Amino acid sequence: MSRIDEEQVKYVANLARLSFNDQEIKTFTTQLDAIIGFAEQLNELDTEGIEPTTHVLDMYNVMREDVVEPSLPREEALKNAPLQEDGQVKVPLIMEAD
Amino acid sequence: MSNFETVIGLEVHVELKTKTKAFCGCANQFGAEPNTNTCPICLGHPGVLPILNHEAVDYAIKAALALNCEISRETKFDRKNYFYPDNPKAYQISQFDQPIGRNGYIEIELDGEKKRIGVHRLHLEEDAGKLNHLEDGSGSLVDFNRVGTPLIEIVSEADMRDPHEAYLYLEKLKAIMQYIDVSDVKMEEGSLRCDANISIRPFGQTTFGTKTELKNLNSFTFVEKGLAYEEKRQEKVLLSGGEVVQETRRYNDATKATTVMRGKEGSEDYRYFPEPDIIKLKIDQEWIDRIEAEIPELPDSRQKRYVEEFGLPEYDAMVLTQAKTMSDFFQDAVAEGADAKLVSNWLMGDVSAYLNSKYKTIDQVPMTAKGLAKLVQLIEKGTISSKIAKKVFKDLIEKGGDPEEIVKAKGLVQISDEGALREMLAPILEANKQSMIDYKNGKDRALGFLVGQVMKQTHGKANPKMVNKIILEEIDKL
Repeated sequence: MSRIDEEQVKYVANLARLSFNDQEIKTFTTQLDAIIGFAEQLNELDTEGIEPTTHVLDMYNVMREDVVEPSLPREEALKNAPLQEDGQVKVPLIMEAD
Repeated sequence: MSNFETVIGLEVHVELKTKTKAFCGCANQFGAEPNTNTCPICLGHPGVLPILNHEAVDYAIKAALALNCEISRETKFDRKNYFYPDNPKAYQISQFDQPIGRNGYIEIELDGEKKRIGVHRLHLEEDAGKLNHLEDGSGSLVDFNRVGTPLIEIVSEADMRDPHEAYLYLEKLKAIMQYIDVSDVKMEEGSLRCDANISIRPFGQTTFGTKTELKNLNSFTFVEKGLAYEEKRQEKVLLSGGEVVQETRRYNDATKATTVMRGKEGSEDYRYFPEPDIIKLKIDQEWIDRIEAEIPELPDSRQKRYVEEFGLPEYDAMVLTQAKTMSDFFQDAVAEGADAKLVSNWLMGDVSAYLNSKYKTIDQVPMTAKGLAKLVQLIEKGTISSKIAKKVFKDLIEKGGDPEEIVKAKGLVQISDEGALREMLAPILEANKQSMIDYKNGKDRALGFLVGQVMKQTHGKANPKMVNKIILEEIDKL
């Protein structure tokens, strides 16, 4: 039984901003299906009454004090940005409306 | 009359005023030069380890307690995944299913009736960067200073039934955040932001209608106006046989209308999962008690106390407690021995008028609580008339200082000495004999004219009560 279909792969690819050709979609559908199948073995375990694990470390309350530390110099922070203007990163126009 | 009931819920984001960001030691500072408060952690570089700011958690617990929430004893953080240039990590660290606070409420006052608006949840998350759109349309500039600023998101229940209730909820929420001092809550600086959900349904229907979400609401007034517009728009749609479409709309104050921003087809899939970089939190009773002890008296309690302890009218008590700075000023002035109602009258009248005209708050003017208290006392004692007091007030609020000194320096002390007054009045009355006769013949207005003449010629310094008395005596003698 197939657990993953091509539409699901295209949907996830779109969310991840990835674009694939038809052949790749087919390959990934098969591979993802196998991965999910592998992970499904976990369902064989009886987890009745066991709290879900949300973190691999059994620790609590690791925090830092609210003390200012030096930030990066601006040139350093922007070093990898291909386009810059006025000390800011320039990106294509993002319009939420219209 | 409308056949529809309106249902409103609000999502409010409040930036916390910690010294540093939520997960790194970069300064949390509004108005800094672009991209000067960033580091590999908040810029989302690979291999970094964000560590939670203790103070941010304290503030979130404080806010949750002040909003009457239950505190989650165990909580964690989650990744909310989305791509947008204001967010270099491509995910926001937020809280999905274990918010710090749940099931709280805010009390608002509607036509003298108290109404509780439920707070569904309050969680801690991080802010995104700021996009500055270039006017020539060639692109947007990104400033990452704000990335990682701790935020609390406060989601109300859909308990509001009128746009004005939304306004009152926001006012109260802002006041509470100000009192507990966890945020600057300045909408103009973005430290308080609000999105509104609204739907309508025929009266009696128990299920909700299709809702729309309003964004770009830059002031509490716009929230109210935008919702009022949307309420009418949805009604028109339904009455004409159409269906409300679930979508995000933007309010434009220039046109006083809302327009579609994005439809449901673009609806997000955030793929939340537990944040592996942040360790879980256990919030024990001791922690809660420590924060609880730091919460000062809140506006509702002060309002009640002003009525019971100082005998103020409900309205005065409500207005004075809206902003903590104003409320503190009032209490300080009363503590200086001034009459509470008189202080309230000044604060709600001349002081507020002045502050509004200058776009200032009470803590931004040189006048002190002690100064206003003294001014009130000088009037009570009859040292100055209320007319002179207005002149003294102008000096006091603009330059500060001691009202008594101002009165002395300007020679404004009220003349209440009867002998002196009689001497001053004699020539004035002599010159206006006709008015005295008129009054005697039943023309009541003539008395006001006479008093006015005296006040004018004494530059307002004569004690008006005594002037009245002397004039009446002189008329009797005619």
